[in-house]
Amino acid sequence: MCLAIPGKIVSLNPDPMHLEACLGTVEVTGVRRKVDLGLLKDDMPAVGEWVLIHVGFAMTKISEQDAMEQMHLLTMLGETEQAIAEVRGYGLDVNDDHVPARAGSSPYAVSDGFVFPKGLPPE
Amino acid sequence: MRYVDEFRDPELITKASDEIRRLADTGKHYRIMEVCGGHTHAIYRFGLKDVLPENIELIHGPGCPVCVLPMGRIDDGLAVAKSADVIFAAFGDMMRVPGAHGSPFEHKARGTDVRIVYSPADALQLARKNPEKHVMFFAIGFETTAPSTALTLMRAKAEDIRNFSVFCNHVTIIPAIRAILDSPDMRLDGFIGPGHVSTVIGCRPYEWIAQNEGKPVVTSGFEPLDLLQSIVMLLRQLRAGEARVENQYKRVVPWEGNRAALKAMAEVFQLRPYFEWRGLGFISQSALKIRDEYASWDAEQRFPIPNTRVTDPKAAQCGEVLKGVLKPAQCKLFGKECTPEHPIGALMVSTEGSCAAYYHYEHRKTAAMVETISSVA
Repeated sequence: MCLAIPGKIVSLNPDPMHLEACLGTVEVTGVRRKVDLGLLKDDMPAVGEWVLIHVGFAMTKISEQDAMEQMHLLTMLGETEQAIAEVRGYGLDVNDDHVPARAGSSPYAVSDGFVFPKGLPPE
Repeated sequence: MRYVDEFRDPELITKASDEIRRLADTGKHYRIMEVCGGHTHAIYRFGLKDVLPENIELIHGPGCPVCVLPMGRIDDGLAVAKSADVIFAAFGDMMRVPGAHGSPFEHKARGTDVRIVYSPADALQLARKNPEKHVMFFAIGFETTAPSTALTLMRAKAEDIRNFSVFCNHVTIIPAIRAILDSPDMRLDGFIGPGHVSTVIGCRPYEWIAQNEGKPVVTSGFEPLDLLQSIVMLLRQLRAGEARVENQYKRVVPWEGNRAALKAMAEVFQLRPYFEWRGLGFISQSALKIRDEYASWDAEQRFPIPNTRVTDPKAAQCGEVLKGVLKPAQCKLFGKECTPEHPIGALMVSTEGSCAAYYHYEHRKTAAMVETISSVA
């Protein structure tokens, strides 16, 4: 929760279901997920720019170099896996149409009633 | 210099360390508090104590939201989930945190509908997908997560999603710093200001610490070099007899903070008259409450709350450790009754708590050393 995860904006997705249409797709070490850009509406990032993400919301724009340094820092703190699990866990793009994904098509695995990103079984 | 050689620029680390030795007056003992739990984790992970002279002591502050949350709030949240048959949604960090009647995971095993979410927006999405169920998001965190909860509540209101509420435990960092400075057994020379909290609140809210209390504050990044540079900046001020707020983390922290985030927080939250902090007690105006305009989405207004009070065992000296009066290992319970697997006190609960960080990096190192020595003997 306290991790700041660097992500690169790969597309901006206006979403009519969301107030002010501020969703964007970010890429974090190869994983693409939607994040909320509503807190950057005064200084909206463009495609190709980098942001720091907290709990699914982009909080601040950063340079590419700072993004690399932040990723390196997470690696050194032993928190990369946790960061990737967090990003994979953002559920905003799984059900854009607000219909639960069909079994087998979801990037999530269900175990003991919990939903986990596939490949990351519960401890 | 355990971990420093892994770092990109060991030369710069040595330079900063030399500069700290040059600036620190050998006749003085400096006590510097890093407020943020992320900094505490980094300081232990990188073994920064090993590159600092002995007369610079780092005191680990209250900036770990999981640690400072009173147990009773977890019990209250879970009691609502159980009695009102709602989905209890919380960050993964919360799942193993014990309340007096068990952790969210243990409640899950007993049949409460507990879900991990990674974002408040995901909890709202859960409500959209389960219109027949009520989803309660158990919100925790400082100003890094509070704006996201605020924006999520604004979305819930705009879309009029009625089966969603927030059990709000958001706290604000400034009153906790004030409480620590007001405590009579506290003597601090300066502060390493939080990095990511400051991306939201900016640097102005720390100005009273410099102006009224005469203590310098430097907001800092999280890398070893950032932290050492921040200590250099603090020592330079102390040497010159100055007290100012400086921003070492300029590449990420804007001086004015994030206005959109502050606006969202102001729209949705107001200050509570007081709130309990585990290890520190009640601190006035230190936490956020959902405004009446959002009462329909406030779990504390929608559901009856038992207001559980749980006192930590007297033997746990979390308050003393939080204020830097004791080092983690000096607490009677440390490493014995109280471990990261079975936390009794607040600071053992999360990796960002100073006791857990100390346990993971220092205690284990010492234990391994003892084992090596005895096996050689």
